[in-house]
Amino acid sequence: MNEAIIIEKSVIIIAVFALTMLMAMYSTLAERKIAAWLQDRIGPNRAGKGGIFQPLADGLKLFAKEEFVPNTENKFLFFVGPAVSMSAALMTSAVIPWGDKLHLFGRDIILQATDIDVAILYVFGVLSVGVYGIMIGGWASNNKFSLMSAMRAASQMISYEVAMGLSIIALIMMTGTLSLREIAAGQEGMNWNVFYQPVGFLIFLVCSFAETNRTPFDLAECEAELIGGYHTEYSSMKMGFYLFAEYASMFISSTILAVLYFGAYNYPGMNWMEENVGVNIANVIGMLALFAKLCFFIFFYMWVRWTVPRFRYDQLMRLGWKVLIPLSIANIIITGVIILLTE
Amino acid sequence: MSIETISLSGRKKEVSNKKMTFMESLYLVAIFKGLMITIKHLFTRKVTIKYPEQTRELSPVYRGQHMLMRDDQGRERCTACGLCALSCPAEAITMKAEERKPEEKHLYREEKYASIYEINMLRCIFCGLCEEACPKEAIYLTKSRVMVKSATNREDFIYGKDKLVMPLEMAIKNTPTNAAN
Repeated sequence: MNEAIIIEKSVIIIAVFALTMLMAMYSTLAERKIAAWLQDRIGPNRAGKGGIFQPLADGLKLFAKEEFVPNTENKFLFFVGPAVSMSAALMTSAVIPWGDKLHLFGRDIILQATDIDVAILYVFGVLSVGVYGIMIGGWASNNKFSLMSAMRAASQMISYEVAMGLSIIALIMMTGTLSLREIAAGQEGMNWNVFYQPVGFLIFLVCSFAETNRTPFDLAECEAELIGGYHTEYSSMKMGFYLFAEYASMFISSTILAVLYFGAYNYPGMNWMEENVGVNIANVIGMLALFAKLCFFIFFYMWVRWTVPRFRYDQLMRLGWKVLIPLSIANIIITGVIILLTE
Repeated sequence: MSIETISLSGRKKEVSNKKMTFMESLYLVAIFKGLMITIKHLFTRKVTIKYPEQTRELSPVYRGQHMLMRDDQGRERCTACGLCALSCPAEAITMKAEERKPEEKHLYREEKYASIYEINMLRCIFCGLCEEACPKEAIYLTKSRVMVKSATNREDFIYGKDKLVMPLEMAIKNTPTNAAN
């Protein structure tokens, strides 16, 4: 039985890893296509039909680029930076429940790499490690603009993590669990948390934009003032790793948004499907539902990117500390009062 | 009505610098409006022209490569009067006139012709003033999309009569068959 678990878990891990990579790859194409469409252009359409091989071509190009290392004291850190970014982005996917369970070979297979009971804390922990990648890379670049960008990224992450954590507290108070699996299971049918926690969702959404360094919070890679920020000195595939990590973390945070607030793999009529059609089919549809939800959020990230211009640094800090944090504290209090009243 | 409130264009807008309310400082409403504007563009017609497959329509006043015309009997129209060179603002045209010999009657229309006619394509600005100045309707700017072929030395950009004169077949093709001989 132990071997079966090892095989089962490794299959899930490899599948999730492959999915994350594939999604990150095609997010780059999606980004370029959506950017083009929103600007009334067509976008890349030369590599394959509709530009389907564009990510491969981009990857090939990055591999063929000169590997440049600046004259820095911290050559080791320079190499570690992108690796930390990348692994932090990939590690988060370990606790995400991709579906309820499949019934195969006479066993119930739980569609999650690992079901730890403090999954939310784990997600927050790993997401915060992501800033180390930027910080280390910016520091080791031996370039003042890179360092400035790294400082910005770090302070931005710290400010928005507070609001993010506080917005999650209201959700945890409501669901009474830290496990993503139980949170997902608790949103059966259309009982999605977003209907009970709209303000919390909004705060979480804004903060995840900040956490993934996406526009309007991409001050860390501000081209106009910081010539690209922390990846100024990076070239070739190390640069590719940073960009890739950004897309991977975008994918992961879209997934977390979908799991926490948009009912994870739940869709209306899932129970009926499980009883009448079978557990497997019901859950495959569930996985597709989750996939559709997270694709929507990835699209939303891109949509916002071409709508909202970049914040000024003081605006960013004011929004974080003076608007979002008070709002999320108020949200906690109101949630607490409602929980007390309804009990 | 005081002068400050008059708006001739109808677009005058009073700018106010009032403090934002709490709802405004959340930016939510404004961002939602912006999102609606951008999503509209997702479905509008794309303006891109996929160049090698599609080409943009030429403007009716498009002016391309020059051509020295022949008349309907295949004779060169140019009489080397030099008005084109005179009118050329870029001073791109040079020519040398020569008198027509009796046996060359079938080659040149007038008694005088240009033995050398050169346009420096690096100087030419394709303004079309030579075309307007010509009294003999001898020089025209064609609709050719190829304007000047690239080259590595400057001499190659000075186009002589070999490149400028209309090909003989073209002149004959445009002519009624009985007029050819």
